[in-house]
Amino acid sequence: MHLLVCGGTGCRASESAGIEAKLKSELEKRSLDQSVQVISTGCFGFCEKGPIVKVMPDNTFYTQVTPADAETIVAEHVVKGRRVESLIYTDPSSKEKVEESAKMGFYKKQLRIALRNCGFINPENVDEYIARDGYLALGNIITGMKPQEAIEIMKESGLRGRGGAGFPTGLKWDLTARTEADQKYVVCNADEGDPGAFMDRSILEGDPHSVLEAMAICGYCIGSDKGLIYIRAEYPLAIERLKIALSQAREYGLLGNNIMGTEFSFDIELRYGAGAFVCGEETALIHSMEGLRGEPTLKPPFPSESGYNGKPTNVNNVETLANIPVIYLKGAKWFSSIGTEKSKGTKVFALAGKINNVGLIEVPMGTTLREVIFEIGGGIKDGKKFKSVQTGGPSGGCLTEKHLDTPIDFDNLIAAGSMMGSGGMIVMDEDDCMVSMARYYLEFTVEESCGKCAPCRIGNKRLHELLDHICKGNGKLEDLDRLVNMSNVIKDTSLCGLGQSSPNPVLSTINNFKDEYDAHVTDKKCPAGQCRDLMEYFIIEENCVGCTACARVCPVAAITGERKEPHLINPAICIKCGACMEKCKFDAIIIQ
Amino acid sequence: MEKVKSLADLKKISESFKKGIDLREKSSHPDDIVQVKVAMATCGIASGAKETMEYLSSELEKRGIEAIVTQTGCMGYCYAEPTIEVTLPGQNPVVYGEVDIRKADEIIEKYIKTGELVNGIIPQNYETID
Repeated sequence: MHLLVCGGTGCRASESAGIEAKLKSELEKRSLDQSVQVISTGCFGFCEKGPIVKVMPDNTFYTQVTPADAETIVAEHVVKGRRVESLIYTDPSSKEKVEESAKMGFYKKQLRIALRNCGFINPENVDEYIARDGYLALGNIITGMKPQEAIEIMKESGLRGRGGAGFPTGLKWDLTARTEADQKYVVCNADEGDPGAFMDRSILEGDPHSVLEAMAICGYCIGSDKGLIYIRAEYPLAIERLKIALSQAREYGLLGNNIMGTEFSFDIELRYGAGAFVCGEETALIHSMEGLRGEPTLKPPFPSESGYNGKPTNVNNVETLANIPVIYLKGAKWFSSIGTEKSKGTKVFALAGKINNVGLIEVPMGTTLREVIFEIGGGIKDGKKFKSVQTGGPSGGCLTEKHLDTPIDFDNLIAAGSMMGSGGMIVMDEDDCMVSMARYYLEFTVEESCGKCAPCRIGNKRLHELLDHICKGNGKLEDLDRLVNMSNVIKDTSLCGLGQSSPNPVLSTINNFKDEYDAHVTDKKCPAGQCRDLMEYFIIEENCVGCTACARVCPVAAITGERKEPHLINPAICIKCGACMEKCKFDAIIIQ
Repeated sequence: MEKVKSLADLKKISESFKKGIDLREKSSHPDDIVQVKVAMATCGIASGAKETMEYLSSELEKRGIEAIVTQTGCMGYCYAEPTIEVTLPGQNPVVYGEVDIRKADEIIEKYIKTGELVNGIIPQNYETID
C-alpha cells in the first residue's frame, strides 16, 4: 500500500510536510512502515482543496487533510480498511461524496486536444501516430468527402485561429477555396514569435504528424497540392523532427502523389525564418518566404486572394492545425460542445513568471484565470501576493485581481483590455513594477518593429521614451495623457497587428494600475521597489556596527565611514547596484 | 516500409500497432516488459533528459531488466523536467519528475525492480481525448 501526499508548493504551504511526517510516525507506531510507504508527489492541480492524500491501490482521494487527520487515516483506512468519510471530497453540485479519484475526472481542469499526443507517442515514429488514428481523418476525407463538405464541418466546429487573431478557420478555408487559381498554397505559421510562448514548438517536437496531416486536409479542401511550413531557425529540434516526419510520411505515401490511391496529391516543404516577431504576421511571413524583407502589406488583398507568389494562400497556425484531424474524427458537434459560445475547443497556454507550476497547459475555453493560475499553476511563488497576469505576449495587456474570474476566451480577453494572442501567460507578483513592465514590453516592440509604417516605428519609440522618463523619475502628470493619446493613435493607424496591439501593455497598465503611475510621476517613488532611479540605498545608523563590509564591496566607493562607526552612502555617487545590501549582515541597509 | 495504397491499408497498420505487435516483436515476454518514456522536447533536453534517457537504457540493460525506453514530446510539466513515464506490466503509468541520474537509479532499483513507489511522482492533472 502507498500513501501519496501532495508535495506541491500549494499543499506544502498548508502543512503537507507535517502530514507526511505524521503519517510516517503513525505507521511506525503500528509497525506498518515496512508494508506501507508514504510518498511525496508533485502538484495534483487541485490546490483549492489541498492538502491532498491519495491512497493506492484503491485510489481513495482525501482532500483538505490536516496533520491531525493523519492518525485517523492510518487507524481507519490502513489498519481497518475503512475509508474516512469526513475527508472524502464532496462534489459541490451534486453534494455526493466522490471516493475514487478515477471518478473525479472533473477535478482535472485540463483537457488535451491539441496536445493529445505530446508526451504520449514517440514523435519520430509515424507508426505510433497511425496507431492513435493518425492520418485516418485525411483518409476518410479524401476517399469519401467533397472538399466543400469538409469545409462545412470545419465551419460548424467553430474552430478559430490559435495564432492570436481568432479568425474562424472554416471561413478562411472557404475564402481560399472559392478563389480560382492554377496554384494555391497551404502555409503553416510556425514562427511563434511571442517570447514566453512555446506551445507550437512543443507540438512540432511532440506530434509533428498531426500538423502535416492537417495541412494535407486543408490542401484537399482548398484545392492545393503544396504546403509550406514557415519555422524559425532557432527551433532546431522541431525542424529535425519535422524532417523525420516528412520523410516517414513520404515513405508511406501519406504525402506525395496519389495519396492512398486517390487523385489527391500533396507535399510539404520547410522554409526557415530568422526569428523576427513581425514575420508572425501573415503578409510579412509570406514576403519573408518569397525572399523579400519581412514587412507586412495592407490587407486587402488577403492572402486567400493573393498570397505566396501572388497565389491564393491559406495560412494557419501550428496549434490550430493540431486541432483539425481530431475534429474530423470526432465530429464538429463534439468540438463545439467544448468551450464557450463564441470560442470553441481548448487553448494551450504557456504558464510562466512568478508561478509555482511553470508549464504547458491546455484548458477548455471558458476556464477562468483563477483556475489556471491558482489551481493548475499552483499559485504564486514564495507565498507572495498575485498582482497581475499578462496574456497574449508583448502585445497583450496586464489583467488584475478583478479579472481573475473572467472565463478565458477570445472575446472576454479583448473586452478586458488584453488578448488571447498565441497563449503566453506571464504571472506577476507584488514585487513587479507595472510601469517598468510596460517599458520592457515596449522595448521589445520597438526592437521588433519592421519600420515600414510611421505610427509603429516612431510612435512606439516615443512611447518607450516617455515610459523611460517616468521610470527614471522625470515624468510629468501630462505625460500620462500623452501616453494614452499616443497609444490610441498607434493602435488606430498602424499597418499591421504588431503596431495595432503594441500599446496594449501601456493602456492596460494605465487603466488597471493608475496609482502606480501616479506614484512614479508625482511622488517619484516606485511602490514595487523596482525602478532603480527612484530608490535610494540608506544606512540605518543604529543597526550599522561599522564592519566596513559594505564599503569594501561598493564598486564605486560611494560608502564612507570609520571602522566601528556608522557608515554613510553618498547618493550622488551610488549606482544602486545593491551589492552593499547583499553583503550587510546586520540589516542596516534599506531601500527608501 | 510499404506504401499505404488505400484507406484500408492505413487501418491495417493502425490496428496492428494498437494490438501491440511492435512490442511482441521486440520481446519474447511481452507481458513482462517495462516501458519507459522520456519527455524529450527542447525544454526536457535542456534540463538533462538526454543524459537521463541514455542512463536508463544502458542501466536497464546492464541490470538485466527487459525494458523499452523511448522518447516522447513535452508532457507539460516544465517545473519538474526531466520527466519520465514508467509503465510496469499490467499497471497504470506513473510519471516521475526531476529525474536526474540519481533519481533514475532509485527508480530502477525501487520502482521498476520491486514496484515500490518513490518520491517525486507527478500526478497526471489532465485528461486526454482518445
